[in-house]
Amino acid sequence: MTSIVSVQNLRKAYATGFEALKGVNLEIEEGEILALLGPNGAGKTTLISTICGITVPTGGTVTVGGYDTITDFRATRSLIGLVPQEIHLEPFETVFNTVSFSRGLFGKSRDDAYVDKILNQLSLGDKRNSRVMTLSGGMKRRVLIAKALAHEPRILFLDEPTAGVDVELRKDMWSVVADLKASGVTIILTTHYIEEAEAIADRVGVINGGQILLVQDKAEMMAQMGKKQLRITLADPVTSVPDTLAAYRLDVSDEGDVLTYTYDTKGERTGITKLLNDVAAAGLVLSDLQTQQSSLEDIFVGLVKESA
Amino acid sequence: MNVHAVKTIYRAEMKRFFRTIAQSIISPVLSTSLYFIVFGAAIGSRIDEVEGVPYGAFIVPGLIMLSVMTQATTNASFGIYFPKFTGTIFELLSAPVSFLEIVAGYVGAAASKAMFIGVIILITAFFFVDLQIAHPIAMIAFLTLTCISFALLGFIIGIWAGNFEQLQLIPLLVITPLVFLGGSFYSVSMLPGIWQTIAMFNPVVYLISGFRWAFFGVADVDIGVSLAAITLFTVVCLGIIGWIFRTGWRIRQ
Repeated sequence: MTSIVSVQNLRKAYATGFEALKGVNLEIEEGEILALLGPNGAGKTTLISTICGITVPTGGTVTVGGYDTITDFRATRSLIGLVPQEIHLEPFETVFNTVSFSRGLFGKSRDDAYVDKILNQLSLGDKRNSRVMTLSGGMKRRVLIAKALAHEPRILFLDEPTAGVDVELRKDMWSVVADLKASGVTIILTTHYIEEAEAIADRVGVINGGQILLVQDKAEMMAQMGKKQLRITLADPVTSVPDTLAAYRLDVSDEGDVLTYTYDTKGERTGITKLLNDVAAAGLVLSDLQTQQSSLEDIFVGLVKESA
Repeated sequence: MNVHAVKTIYRAEMKRFFRTIAQSIISPVLSTSLYFIVFGAAIGSRIDEVEGVPYGAFIVPGLIMLSVMTQATTNASFGIYFPKFTGTIFELLSAPVSFLEIVAGYVGAAASKAMFIGVIILITAFFFVDLQIAHPIAMIAFLTLTCISFALLGFIIGIWAGNFEQLQLIPLLVITPLVFLGGSFYSVSMLPGIWQTIAMFNPVVYLISGFRWAFFGVADVDIGVSLAAITLFTVVCLGIIGWIFRTGWRIRQ
């Protein structure tokens, strides 16, 4: 995999002295979906705005497709489409005109057929001649995506595409993103919904306090950090773990009512069958069994807490 | 140079102008016609010639300038302020366009609109008064330069303005008084002594005087001075825009 976006030691301090980015390094691979996960104020939007040229960096460099975003801004910006967090649209324009405007602004010659193709792809075909202000919130978001795609970019930035969007529309948006990935577009999205990153990303970057804490393949991250736990609720409480069960390193909780066994989901053998046999052999009577898996959310909360 | 972008901005701005045709064209034509009726016909009939020109005709260049300056300024300031207000400016800032291309698109469109209105008022004037243009090329040159320079000024105001009130503040409190006191309806020589001197500090006097010279061959100030004044004004506006471009003032953090 080759990097299509390369961020080196990127820093951004605002006039107020606030440091939004404190030396960010990030490589974005061509064709992937990267989710940038972070709490509010982590620096997600500043990072995206700086790559796209809206904010000027205080230090560091960004290259897009091998071009520098400052010295070769025309080349880099032509490669990028940006969908902002807020719905910024001219209310009186028609859907078609506003999308066509974006295409021209990004230096592409007029191509009505292409604009119509994008509108149809985003299920906006029948809204073609509607004024933007008459559309629902979800439709407006689609118009923003259409505008960002109008100049055939290779990279699409989606800044919190599903913030404040209902569940159905969110799933809808995810399928739009999946379609775009299939068409070869590299997608970077910011979100503070962990389930969103879990559902659609190939890699996950965790950002907090203007720093990237971790960037990793989502599945790898989950496997490495994802532990599974088996909770054994006993009919009669125990005061301590019987010696025959010592090897399992069980935790006793709830005043001896619950034994918790932690195991690796990727292990060859989880050891559950043997454990349950040994528990029975030790004369303990079970009243309930429960398993739970740590989610990306647990990993994320853990990381952010560590960095705070 | 991103020619497509300049054309796209220009076209979008012009489209808005024609979409709000009543506001854009009918209102300046109506208000100018009222000026002709009130000042030209009603009051003008009781005024002798000014500088050898019948009063009704004498006010035509001033009336055109009044509309052109106001229209160029408000159109350009609104043009760039509106994306700031709606937030769509993000698109301009993330597009592969230079600041000067953005200026060319917005200022070009605002100047064209003002020019369009200026010409319509001139045509309207022919219905009310007997008019001859002594120096047509100079007239077009003055009109064009005025449209461009005041559109540049409007663009600066639009970048500066933080709200709609500020957007209207300068056109209302500065430009309108300067234009009214700049000799739209009278010759500066008609003013009492000291006021003639004060009037010379009003930059609009030079523009209206030069424009009137193009019509009637008479002027309050030398045509060369007028030309120098409008050129200086354009250069100052371009200088400020250049500074905004370098610093990203009020647009790029």
